[in-house]
Amino acid sequence: MGNPNSGKSSLFNQLTGLRQKVGNFPGVTVDKKSGTAFLNETTEISIIDLPGVYSIYPKSVDEQVVTDILANPQHPDYPDVAVVVVDASNLNRNLLLFSQIQDLGVPVIMALNMLDIARQQHLEINAVRLSMQLGVPVVKINARIGEGLELLKVAIEQQIGQPTVSETLFFDPGQQTVLAGHDMKGLISDVRQQYQLTNNYLALQYLIQHDGFSFLGRPQRVKLDGLIEKYQFDEIDFQAKETIGRYQRIGEVVKTVVTDKRPLNQSTWSQRIDRILLHPVWGYAIFATVLLLIFQAIFAWAQPFVDGIDAGVAWLNGTLHEQLPDSPLTDLLTDGIIAGVGGVVVFIPQIAFLFLLVSLLEESGYMSRVMVLMDRIMRQFGLNGRSVVPLISGVACAVPAIMATRSIGSWRERLITILVTPLMSCSARLPIYTILIALVVPEKTVLGFLNLQGVVMMGLYLLGLVAALVAAYVFKLIIKAKERSLFVMELPTYKWPRWNHVGITVWDSVTSFVWQAGRVIVAISIVLWVLASYGPGDSLEQAENRVRSEYANQSAEQVENRVASEKLEASYAGRFGKILEPVIKPLGYDWKIGIALISSFAAREVFVGTIATIYSIGSADEGNDSTIREKLAAEINPETGGPMYTPAVAFSLLVFYVFAMMCMSTIATVYRETKGWKWPMIQLAYMSILAYGSAFLVYQLMK
Amino acid sequence: MPHRKIQKRSVADLKVGEKAVIESFSDQWMSLKLLEMGCLPGTEVCLHCKAPLGDPICLNVSGYCLSMRKSEAATILIEP
Repeated sequence: MGNPNSGKSSLFNQLTGLRQKVGNFPGVTVDKKSGTAFLNETTEISIIDLPGVYSIYPKSVDEQVVTDILANPQHPDYPDVAVVVVDASNLNRNLLLFSQIQDLGVPVIMALNMLDIARQQHLEINAVRLSMQLGVPVVKINARIGEGLELLKVAIEQQIGQPTVSETLFFDPGQQTVLAGHDMKGLISDVRQQYQLTNNYLALQYLIQHDGFSFLGRPQRVKLDGLIEKYQFDEIDFQAKETIGRYQRIGEVVKTVVTDKRPLNQSTWSQRIDRILLHPVWGYAIFATVLLLIFQAIFAWAQPFVDGIDAGVAWLNGTLHEQLPDSPLTDLLTDGIIAGVGGVVVFIPQIAFLFLLVSLLEESGYMSRVMVLMDRIMRQFGLNGRSVVPLISGVACAVPAIMATRSIGSWRERLITILVTPLMSCSARLPIYTILIALVVPEKTVLGFLNLQGVVMMGLYLLGLVAALVAAYVFKLIIKAKERSLFVMELPTYKWPRWNHVGITVWDSVTSFVWQAGRVIVAISIVLWVLASYGPGDSLEQAENRVRSEYANQSAEQVENRVASEKLEASYAGRFGKILEPVIKPLGYDWKIGIALISSFAAREVFVGTIATIYSIGSADEGNDSTIREKLAAEINPETGGPMYTPAVAFSLLVFYVFAMMCMSTIATVYRETKGWKWPMIQLAYMSILAYGSAFLVYQLMK
Repeated sequence: MPHRKIQKRSVADLKVGEKAVIESFSDQWMSLKLLEMGCLPGTEVCLHCKAPLGDPICLNVSGYCLSMRKSEAATILIEP
């Protein structure tokens, strides 16, 4: 554990390498990063990377975890040894957290990091003296390049074997009678007695933080409230005094261990960069350029990879069709499973590119500047500067984006961010946009250099962004604030990104996407294939026989096509589509699009796959030689005799997919993050109404 | 005459590059977070830069850079 930006995660990566996994802490949804490392040839230890915090008084959900674990020795993740990473270039502030952790009675080791940066700032730190002053082992490390790891392992081994814990507390609340003006000694010993605690500081945590301690039962919390009442204990006042008291002692310690040869008034290069990146004009210009670059990467650079995967899947499918015997099982494998898996794999390049760039921005320190840059604007919409990261990530996938909202301390701002993030056009909408735009928007150049199809695409993304901001504004008026919003935030110094970090982040996000979204998509593809290939009783054969007798005089090919489409109509999927038809008729859709809508309700990326399945099942020529686009263009509307996909229908569909919350994974994530069905249902309702209403308007106006 | 407190200067009133020493806080709840981040009474702060719209602002506190909203900075009162 340690402060944010102290090099905690670097150390974790250095110790564990790729032997890490992301799980959940019991009872909460905060990601738990854990991994294993070998202390020596025979001992393997498991290491947990806790979220970075500034103190053990949490300000947001992910910070709560640290206190939950350290205040509860019965917690399954309670450490044998706590390695606290301390940034030597900012010793005072880092020692605040360190002294609190130490006072909770956990055996600690200080991993003194970033000594090189401290040296650049002309700070010399005497680690031996620091260790003696605090009474704990101090190990000098350089987490970026992996220096000092062996010494750290030795120290861990010693602390596990014979834990040395400082005898006196750095800050003893029981001794603070003068400071607080109350009988603190009596209060603390009362708490210790009632809860059988051996530690004064832990007793203080029970007093101040018991509302957040899930391991305490309700009667226990009420009892603590009673004690607070009895002693007239002022939590906020005492907490402020604790912080000041700690800093006073820290100041004394630091004075004896640090030699400060810093020349005064010299601005660091980080500050000079800030003057440019936060410049009134250049600041926004640079941010806009960075955003453009991200879009460029997602759409243009990822395209060759996407095309490659597409071609690979098509080739695999074709080969299997040729090699394997013609049977329902082969069809299931190719049209069902492989088509479904292909639909997932095809998103990997875009997601990888997005996370590559986002983690580069975070690693370098630029992301916090973006938050500062955008906070004022976002606040108008009830959001927070920190909402920028979820909104940008939402362009790839709403699931990790919603998880990224945990760093937003205010519940209201976090909730609004969660509610509007799915309106950002995620990469799953991209294939739908691509195919429908290609169908109805001519490929020509406007204004001399802009590609018309590209302009429409950009317009759809902007539509999503504008809708997100407007929705946020509306929610701001509805949802009342539970607590105050806070934007006090450290701006880390600019650093070169660590490539192994970036690599691990990209790898983590891609694998979790494949597993989370992948299972859903594959399952739906299979179910859909079954529903579209079978019908109740012998209705499919009946349909086939009827067609054969009615159209006996037509050419064989036409009859086959007829048969296939009548069979689809008679299948289970066709019947569902028919039931839905009256509802979606005002939007311009027929029952075939209805099937695609239903199936893509669980995951919108299924839409393209579904229409591919429907139109290849619905036509006899195996469908392997024509692309989905050609099939859609050839589709005839039986009522008008003209093409089914008129611009009105296509745009109505496009607008529908911009707004509709068609993603089971997102709903599940919102459920987890908001701990209940209320908000995901509200979100589903408002987005569905928005989608239906706008699609209706678009179709009726363009018809 | 209505009772009126003399408005103390706060960090929010600083100009870019200006330095000041923290005296006290006008908001107890906010002070908890600010104290933890190292804004202690008696500490010198320097307004290092402002975001394009003048809000949030960035402060230099004990050797690192801290950003906060103007409304939050207004709770940090400075010595005259």
